Amino acid sequence: MTSNEFKKEIRLSGSGGQGLITAGIILARAAVRDKYRVTQTQSYGPESRGGASRADVIISNGDFYFPEATRFDILLCLTQEACDKYSENLKDTGILIADSSFINNITLLDSTIYEIPFTNIISEKLGTPLPANIAALSFLVRKTQVVSETSLKEALKNSIKSAYLDLNNKAMRIGFKLADEYLKV
Amino acid sequence: MPKVRRSESKESNKNEIVPVLMQGNEAIARGALDAGLDFFAGYPITPSTEIAEILAHQLPRRGGKFIQMEDEIASIAAIVGASLTGAKAMTATSGPGFSLMMEGIGYAKMIETPCVVVNVMRGGPSTGLPTSPSQGDLMQSRWGSHGDAPAIVLYPDSVLESYELTIRAFNLAEKYRTCVVLLSDEVLAHMREAVTLPDIKEVKMISRIKPNVPPEWYRHYENNPKYRSPLASYGEGYRFHVTGLAHDPYGFPTSRPDEVSVMMNRLRNKVRHHINDLVQIESFMMEDATTAIFAAGITARAAKSAVRQLRRSGKRVGLLRPLTIWPFPDDAIRQHLINKKTIIVPEMNQGQLSLEIKRVMGSVWNYASLKTRKIIEIRKCNGELITPGEIISAVKEVKKDE
Repeated sequence: MTSNEFKKEIRLSGSGGQGLITAGIILARAAVRDKYRVTQTQSYGPESRGGASRADVIISNGDFYFPEATRFDILLCLTQEACDKYSENLKDTGILIADSSFINNITLLDSTIYEIPFTNIISEKLGTPLPANIAALSFLVRKTQVVSETSLKEALKNSIKSAYLDLNNKAMRIGFKLADEYLKV
Repeated sequence: MPKVRRSESKESNKNEIVPVLMQGNEAIARGALDAGLDFFAGYPITPSTEIAEILAHQLPRRGGKFIQMEDEIASIAAIVGASLTGAKAMTATSGPGFSLMMEGIGYAKMIETPCVVVNVMRGGPSTGLPTSPSQGDLMQSRWGSHGDAPAIVLYPDSVLESYELTIRAFNLAEKYRTCVVLLSDEVLAHMREAVTLPDIKEVKMISRIKPNVPPEWYRHYENNPKYRSPLASYGEGYRFHVTGLAHDPYGFPTSRPDEVSVMMNRLRNKVRHHINDLVQIESFMMEDATTAIFAAGITARAAKSAVRQLRRSGKRVGLLRPLTIWPFPDDAIRQHLINKKTIIVPEMNQGQLSLEIKRVMGSVWNYASLKTRKIIEIRKCNGELITPGEIISAVKEVKKDE
């Protein structure tokens, strides 16, 4: 890879119903708006709620072919199970963002780790845990700048039903604020 | 950070084309609509459901008809019936539904009625792994119906190609009066990519030939040298009989061997005599390669990634990818692979493509050269994709032996 080539492999993981695939689609839309090449793939079980779920987003300015993330630059985990399963494939230079509402045991040494209780904070502030995915995604974007925040906002607007947009915008602002406040562990 | 140069730079500033994020299944639905789909009948099944969902929403707005049938047997029957009235017709399903459609697909081929069947492959056998990818239906798409019917089967490897090959499936169905199968798989179907669809005015669309003779002269099955015969629709004043029994040019049942062999030869030859029109194959870094990977669909994406990584470390590796799975591109494969030392065939099944590669190469490699040449299978059917890493390991293993 030449020096100005850029490729980020991102995995958003947790369990079904936590909105990870939605977050993946929003992130991919933002990347398209930033004129990157992008693929978004997912893996989920046949259950409509529960079961392991993940979304992969690969963002690059060059050609790439394999659509699933194998070695992650950024890993978001919203369950202990996901954290246990995927941590080992995080690059040493990678970033782990863990929802400490559910995760209390992280075994990584070299990577940058952020432990934030997204679900608890969102439940407390907004009265529902549902937009915790958007808070976590917004935290991820502000910390990593993998896509522009303008594009994230635009993508959110285009992906969420208008009735829920206000709620999700609030979650986004909370996510950004958390990113400004929290330093890495 | 540097931005990506957009590949479609000819439409500059004023009407800037912005790529959109689109899912594989969405691209198939869009392709069908752009190809002029009039009628869709189907029964929802993961991972093909989005195709039906989108068409249920979009097709009626364009004046088309969408019907959710009671099962897949009824769905294929409905689209064959719709096609007989002149409609461009399609259904979409996955493995279990595809099995149920086999009789109807054979019927469509026997009565030479155009239609498109999309099969988004998931893990099998039986109910299998509904939300996981597989390539287990490659042989079924060729041999699934009884009675030795011809097959035209296409398999894309990207979201954009899902769109393009859907249009091509309609064109080939209309041109050759047969049922064309478009394969996809769970990952390809649910994957989202940034795509820029071509200007629809520049895409070639083919429709069935209409009879230009008075109704009393019309023969429903014309045996012309190009194996393309005009097709009247019900309700246009032309009388013809339709049956799955062996039939004469007017469609009436016959068991006269001379008439039956004419019919069977026509079914065979309209595919065999148009291989060049039907076959599409992609060759990627093959010129100086000593090792060739042969892969289709989503597995070819892993293979391409592996080829590029191996090339960086100086390995002479290339990829050959069939976009047309059936008829199998025998000649093109012989041409590209005859001088290769090793052929690696990764696939998400128990070895279906590799069986064909062995058949094709066995016909040109003599016994002596078989000792120095290898065909290596990478088989995986656990619901996960074959990764570039697994292909790279296989290539390195071969190089170690040499």
